[in-house]
Amino acid sequence: MIFKGKTVVGPATFKGGIHPEDMKAATCKKPIVDLPASKEMVYPLQQSLGVPAVPCVEIGDRVLMGQKIAEAGGFVSAHIHSAVSGTVTAIEPRMTVSGIKMNSIIIENDELDEFCDSIKPLDWRKLSPKEIVDAVREAGVVGLGGATFPTHIKLSPPEGKKIEYVIINGAECEPYLTSDHRAMLETPEEIIEGMKIMLKVFGLKVAYIGIEINKPDAIKKIAEFAEKEKDVEIKVVKLKTKYPQGSEKHLIKAVTGKEVPSGKLPVDAGAVVDNIDTCAAIGRVFMYGAPLLKRIVTVSGDCIQNPSNFRVRIGTNVQDVIEKCGGFVKPAAKIIIGGPMMGVAISDVDIPIIKGSAGILGFSADMVAKKKVQNCLRCGKCVEGCPMNLLPNVLKDAAMRDDLETLNKLGAMDCIQCGSCTYVCPAEQTPLQYIRTGKAKLIKARQEAKK
Amino acid sequence: MAGLNINEMLIVTEAPHTRGKNTTSGIMLDVIIALIPALIAGIIVFGFRSLVLTAVCMVSAVAFEWTWCKILKKPSTVGDFSAALTGLLLALNLPVTMPYWMAICGSLFAIVVVKQFFGGIGHNFMNPALAARAFLLTSWAQAMTTWAVPFSNTSIFSGADAVTSATPLAQLAQTVDATSSATAVAESAAKLPSYMDLFLGNIGGCIGEVSAVAILIGAAYLLARRVISIRIPGAYILTVAVLTFIFGGRDGFFTGDALYHVLSGGLLLGAFFMATDYVTTPYTKKGQIIFGVGCGVLTSVIRLYGGYPEGVSYSILLMNVVSPLIERYTVPKKYGAVKPEKGGAN
Repeated sequence: MIFKGKTVVGPATFKGGIHPEDMKAATCKKPIVDLPASKEMVYPLQQSLGVPAVPCVEIGDRVLMGQKIAEAGGFVSAHIHSAVSGTVTAIEPRMTVSGIKMNSIIIENDELDEFCDSIKPLDWRKLSPKEIVDAVREAGVVGLGGATFPTHIKLSPPEGKKIEYVIINGAECEPYLTSDHRAMLETPEEIIEGMKIMLKVFGLKVAYIGIEINKPDAIKKIAEFAEKEKDVEIKVVKLKTKYPQGSEKHLIKAVTGKEVPSGKLPVDAGAVVDNIDTCAAIGRVFMYGAPLLKRIVTVSGDCIQNPSNFRVRIGTNVQDVIEKCGGFVKPAAKIIIGGPMMGVAISDVDIPIIKGSAGILGFSADMVAKKKVQNCLRCGKCVEGCPMNLLPNVLKDAAMRDDLETLNKLGAMDCIQCGSCTYVCPAEQTPLQYIRTGKAKLIKARQEAKK
Repeated sequence: MAGLNINEMLIVTEAPHTRGKNTTSGIMLDVIIALIPALIAGIIVFGFRSLVLTAVCMVSAVAFEWTWCKILKKPSTVGDFSAALTGLLLALNLPVTMPYWMAICGSLFAIVVVKQFFGGIGHNFMNPALAARAFLLTSWAQAMTTWAVPFSNTSIFSGADAVTSATPLAQLAQTVDATSSATAVAESAAKLPSYMDLFLGNIGGCIGEVSAVAILIGAAYLLARRVISIRIPGAYILTVAVLTFIFGGRDGFFTGDALYHVLSGGLLLGAFFMATDYVTTPYTKKGQIIFGVGCGVLTSVIRLYGGYPEGVSYSILLMNVVSPLIERYTVPKKYGAVKPEKGGAN
């Protein structure tokens, strides 16, 4: 897939996948607007994959903007920083996007935005790879695409594993979301800076940025900036517009032609993939000394009065964000944090934006009407659509009858839960939902076998 | 919840929260639409009785489906149009002279025995319309092989007064029959319809199979709508063409008339509309190719060496039965598949 000498290559893609309507027109031309923080900011201690962070402030403490308020609770964990200045009023369980109450740090915003003095630019060129990774870790950067995997871990491959490909994920294949698209148009310098920093960490000279061809302006913009770079080479890989092109495994396949071995990590294919805004966040850590305080959130859906792109401070109340869009024009029946394919439906809007909240979608009742499930037609559309080349129909049946052997043999654990199978099913069946429960049972059985 | 216009209870379900536009009824309707050109050709060639017979089949199929669901107190599946499609396909596979009551028996067999006995839509292991055709052929062989002469305008009320003719395949079989005398062969060959007759439908045969061009228009629609892929019909037709070219000639190998075999009989109708039935064919891509080739081999063998002049329905039915087996051996290689480690297999 990689053509020598050219800045823009492709289009590249993977086998399988689906073509949902992209619905991006509502927000793709809307510049990112900085949103004021809420009066009360809430920081759940679990904001990344792995173990929760541990508070390092106490009730009554005054905190500054950018100050660390919780320490990573282990290796796979990330620090949390306050995005406002103010006073810690409580550390108590609060409702979160996952629908359960989680221990959170509550900060009363004094609206002074007083900076923490640790925030100052850093020259990464003078730092060793290890020092760079430490700075990223200190800044609490996690994957902003939604998976919230701590970035410093991606930047420190295990002993003996060599990274050959640095790939930045600008596919943004989820319908409705345009936050990465806007970031590419508005902050290309930060993205390119982040890529250069990553190249330095891995001692490489070539980095790739994959962008779906439904964003020609972003491709043009990034290519323009990429061509200015003399010391390193930044290749823009055009990607076919297809879901789930932004899946880590499928982006690696499209860009490198290699597959991540089953059950292994991208590093086993010699690749590290970071989302656009994550890459920009790495850039910002050094350009401004800024820890991860804000993220871009697309607010869209048929109920939203003014679909928008916001730069939201982490900890801001979701309800406040929706109000800034003019609220709902018709009654919202379903509200989703993230995209429509892999996002999470919430039961309560009184929750904070966390590091992984890429979007807020409000759908009216007509968008989410429940239809009657019919018999499977064996049409094979799920088989054709599965980007992992699995048999979702067979896995679903196996999950329904608790047939762990078949689930295991046919690769249920390889399922990336992209939802393509459920999306395409003409009979309104929900294969993914069953495969999820099947996977959970498999994991439980494996854990029990280990004991 | 303060201020915002939100339903009292938000719907919370697992992702994905959006669905594609495909529906079962939409797919069935597309196939019905795609069969309309073939039906029109049948009406033009064989007269108004074709339409009446088709209506009888469709109405009776839907009625049996509705009644069955009623008796079993199941939600009615009439609305998915699959029963209507089965009725239509059955009609297109019948000679125009078929008595109505026999056609109704065919619908009953298709819907109740083949489809509902096994659990309804999605659960039948044979194509209902084809199985019904086979059932009718066994039960009333005479009626099922009486072919009206094109444009002889069969009476709507009884098919008995029709002028009968032979199908092109039966005629072709005579020309390559080694036991016939040279003059008989020459006579038969002279009577063979031209390619143009085959293409347009000026031949004897079932209602829906006579006009290749009408079938191809419908097939193009289904392919364009992505209701079917070219894998099964492509593999099927290509296999028949190759095998009949190699083995179908009187003058030795590689002298067969492949085009004649492709255009005549039920091959095109079968390949595009029956061998592509989702329920009874493999869902794996590789499996679909194998299915198509298998149908092609069986059809060619029956046509060239079997007792029947035509073998499309039996070929597809036989391959329907082995579909689950084909699926088992054509599981696609998953993304990132690793070779099983030594001793790790099974």
